Amino acid sequence: MASPVEQFKLKSLVPFELGGVDLSYTTSSLWMTITVVGVTAFLTLSMRGGRLVPGRWQSMAEMSYEFIANMIRENVGAEGRKYFPFIFTLFMFILVGNLVGMIPFSYTFTSQIIVTFAMAVTIFIGVTVIGLVRHGLHFFSLFVPSGTPLILAPLLIPIEIISYFVRPVSLSVRLFANMMAGHTMMKVFGTFTAMLGLLGAAPIVLLVALTGFEIMVAVLQAYVFTVLTCLYLNDAIHLH
Amino acid sequence: MESEMVTAAKMIGAGLAVIALAGVGVGIGNIFSSLVSSIARNPAARGEVFGIGILGFALTEAIALFALLISFLILFT
Repeated sequence: MASPVEQFKLKSLVPFELGGVDLSYTTSSLWMTITVVGVTAFLTLSMRGGRLVPGRWQSMAEMSYEFIANMIRENVGAEGRKYFPFIFTLFMFILVGNLVGMIPFSYTFTSQIIVTFAMAVTIFIGVTVIGLVRHGLHFFSLFVPSGTPLILAPLLIPIEIISYFVRPVSLSVRLFANMMAGHTMMKVFGTFTAMLGLLGAAPIVLLVALTGFEIMVAVLQAYVFTVLTCLYLNDAIHLH
Repeated sequence: MESEMVTAAKMIGAGLAVIALAGVGVGIGNIFSSLVSSIARNPAARGEVFGIGILGFALTEAIALFALLISFLILFT
């Protein structure tokens, strides 16, 4: 019986090597391409011939725009408006990437720690640079929460610094572990169903419920990743 | 055999690692209990409070998945 984590093994579809580094086009890249093409097609084709009273597709495109615009306005404020394209891209990429992985025989590229880690580290470095550029050295007052007595400061500052550097780790591992654990569980229940023959009716019911749950988790994790990015951006722009 | 003992140890380690999920269960119960209480006190706040509640749930679930991740790492590598 194959191990449930074997579904995460990658196949290189178009081998390509550059200076000893394997840069081949893998299954993961294929599904990232499908995600990007899908999102772009959805947004451009829905807004074609845009009317004042939107039809169904245009309504969906406008709703996703509004959702992220509201999220940015609530969590970052008026200065966050210029980061809207990045946050919107991030949200749609992760959302559609997670959802597309629920299709049978597809691949969830967010279940790769390197993918989520790359995104989280990029956000972390970007947010830190934005904070440093905007506030200069005053940025380090982020590590001293407002209204702490001076005696507690030597204890509190290292804790704050450590928790600041844990952010990219927690951000990436949250998305990665949710996706990997979800798909592994579905694989395990699928294996039970296949092994039990006629009694496999019981695991199948659980599998249906689990699939529904995983779809909710896919949307939720995209939302949480984006909201946390907005909150970190808010921390950098308005220091407390 | 060396390899059998290693496999057995891996199983035990993986089992021990998921004990942490008890704390996560308490945490998630706590979040939804206060969510229900606050909606019961002030039904008009439902929209705002629900968003924060779901965010809290997802963050707590992340801790559960850290524990599960360690367990899988012990079991499969």
